[in-house]
Amino acid sequence: MSVPQYRKAAALALAAGLGLGLTACSTKSDDAANDAGGKVTITVDCQPVGSQKELLKNWNDDVAEFQRQNPNIVVKSVSVGEQCNNPPDFTARLAGGTVTDVFYGYMTDLQQVLDSGQAMDISEYATKDTVPTWESVDPALKEVFSDGGKLYAVPVKNYSMGLIYNKVLFQQAGLDVNNPPKTWPEVRAAAKKIAALGKGISGYSEYSAGNTGGWHFTALLYSQGGQVLTADGKKADFNNAMGRQVLQNLKDMRYGDNSMGDRQLLQWGDLLTNAGAGKVGMFIGAPDATQAIVSQFQGKFQDWAMAPLPGQDGKAKGTLGGGEGYFFKKGLSPEQVKAGLKWIAYQKLTPGKGQFDYVRAKPQNYPVGLPQPLLFASGSDAQKQELELRKANANVDTANFAIFEASPVPIKGEPRNAQAIYAVLDAAMSGVLTNPDANIDALLKTAEDKVNKLLAAES
Amino acid sequence: MALTTVPGIRREPGRPASSYPAGPPRTSLGRKVRDNLTGHAFLIGAVICFAFFSWYPMLRGIVMSFQRTRRGVTTWVGWDNYDRIIADPSFWTAWKNTFSFTLLALVLGYAVPFFVAIVLNEFRHAKGYLRILVYLPVMLPPASALFLFKFYAYDPSDAGLFNSILKALHLPTSQWMQSPGMTMPAMVIASTWMNMGGAVLIYLAALQNIPGELYEAAELDGAGIWRRIRHVTIPQTRLILALLAMLQIVATMQFFIEPLILANGTGAEDSATSVAYLIYQHGFFQNDLNGAAALGVIMLVVLAGFSAAYVRLSAKQD
Repeated sequence: MSVPQYRKAAALALAAGLGLGLTACSTKSDDAANDAGGKVTITVDCQPVGSQKELLKNWNDDVAEFQRQNPNIVVKSVSVGEQCNNPPDFTARLAGGTVTDVFYGYMTDLQQVLDSGQAMDISEYATKDTVPTWESVDPALKEVFSDGGKLYAVPVKNYSMGLIYNKVLFQQAGLDVNNPPKTWPEVRAAAKKIAALGKGISGYSEYSAGNTGGWHFTALLYSQGGQVLTADGKKADFNNAMGRQVLQNLKDMRYGDNSMGDRQLLQWGDLLTNAGAGKVGMFIGAPDATQAIVSQFQGKFQDWAMAPLPGQDGKAKGTLGGGEGYFFKKGLSPEQVKAGLKWIAYQKLTPGKGQFDYVRAKPQNYPVGLPQPLLFASGSDAQKQELELRKANANVDTANFAIFEASPVPIKGEPRNAQAIYAVLDAAMSGVLTNPDANIDALLKTAEDKVNKLLAAES
Repeated sequence: MALTTVPGIRREPGRPASSYPAGPPRTSLGRKVRDNLTGHAFLIGAVICFAFFSWYPMLRGIVMSFQRTRRGVTTWVGWDNYDRIIADPSFWTAWKNTFSFTLLALVLGYAVPFFVAIVLNEFRHAKGYLRILVYLPVMLPPASALFLFKFYAYDPSDAGLFNSILKALHLPTSQWMQSPGMTMPAMVIASTWMNMGGAVLIYLAALQNIPGELYEAAELDGAGIWRRIRHVTIPQTRLILALLAMLQIVATMQFFIEPLILANGTGAEDSATSVAYLIYQHGFFQNDLNGAAALGVIMLVVLAGFSAAYVRLSAKQD
């Protein structure tokens, strides 16, 4: 082959190769849902990542056992890295249309998932035939994942927030670990004593970035008896005495007492890293925050205990609840939906199996005994079974959560458009935590204007 | 531009293809295509890549900015997304922050590399090592560099690197990223440190192209260093300086990773929110991809103005 011909052939091969490559990229892998052998295949995301060795093994064992029990179902697991903890990753997959057949989402994601047009109405499929414990699942959680009377996801986790405190620091500061603060003034007093220990320890720590500031502002507002939006959901409802009190409490601790540490603009991992290092006396969070402190941030279970969310003058008037679930992608065959529900039922909603396999979790340094995931309605059969198993296999001291469980606070859900509103409220939180001269009224007014504009645009 | 460099299809400007003595007559389109097959085949890869990964997303973004998707149904909404985005109070904050950053980056990030290059150019020994030293931060992944600044240099306690230096000098310390007034300078300092290596190397290359006789003549005329810079260096590198200024403006106006890492997003009281970050926030946190697209188009229009200036300048440079 002469040089020019060779060059021409190489160029053509290059072009053809590129074309084929791009065609291959653009072709969606459209696995046959039902193969020739009559098997139903479903893809499911949020398989634990490789570094979570035990969790990954548990998941794979669950898949193997489920497939053994259901020989006609094939579960293809997909690990999507941090998608399950990181809203932007989830949004990208949703926008790109690359979510799996059965896909994970937060309770706050319902609107976004519906807008993307990718969620399937599973009302007629979610029954006790596909999910044996369905009748026991808390109806309030089903409601959160419903819209216009249609169910779009199956809840698999639920939490409510309380005050998490470090018992070691409490003892060092001369505080009674069995009598944690019940009101915000008591939190302030305790924080001052803990911060007085020095060594970079903050008495109370709080978020103010990455939407987590707005998330916690909401919880603090609920504790005051407030709400983020008006009942009709059309206007902001936090620019009032309760909203002011939330920010004033924080400002007093941050600049009045200097009990919240120098480093602010914290988001999820930042605060828990500090907590794992023993530098945080108190913060508000869900029971599984202690799990994250231990498994991801090198803390110790025995150091932490939990109390109900404090109120301003007495018991908190409300606390924030949230959770997670699995959606079903639009276009699945009825067989696939049923197969997906069976898998979720097996791995997430059956006492003694999957996430409730406490016998397996006990020796693995995953906490058993936390008052979570609170999926089953109080007094239901599944709840009783789950409680018995939890008590029998507890590897954390359940006494650490006894105060939290003994005095439940009414749970309120997250507002509509939660993530967008949280993003706005971050600025109010960062304002009082980074500026000693912050004008609380101005911060709330600005946030109110922004949220109202956001809601108006949505409508 | 690439066409002129592909063997087989190179032509002199103004010379008709048919006048090539060795070439066959070019009469039909088919023949023209056949004759230039090699060139087209080599081009097609780049064209497909640009089409799929640059032009299509750009067009899609423009289309999306006039649409709204709700409940899986997409409708045309005219200028609604633009109205909504402009009405968002964060819109003006983000533009104000973006222009502040760009301006500060021009003052600091533009002048510093130029003077570093001049100083390096004066060295007679160890030039190579010094260049590597200056270029080293560019090799550091931006996320790592910014985390260094965030946790080490900008620590607001007295233990922070900058605060301990200030304290040692008996100067007041700063809250750095936690102070709305310091957010922009702090981001520009970090950004300049990270990126100046590349600019320094370009300036150095330009400086080395200046004929030595010009300096010698200036020295004979009794010009000191500042006069030599003013009357020889700057005029001789004027076009490179202008080009880099344009490139810098276009690049810095899209700053994103600095607020994302240093300020965890929006920073204290929205002091770090950039237009690019606001696009991200609308698209990925606020369930508003259409609003994000509208903001992207607005940014595109603004940057297109600077890009046009760049194209004109580079034509002049050629």
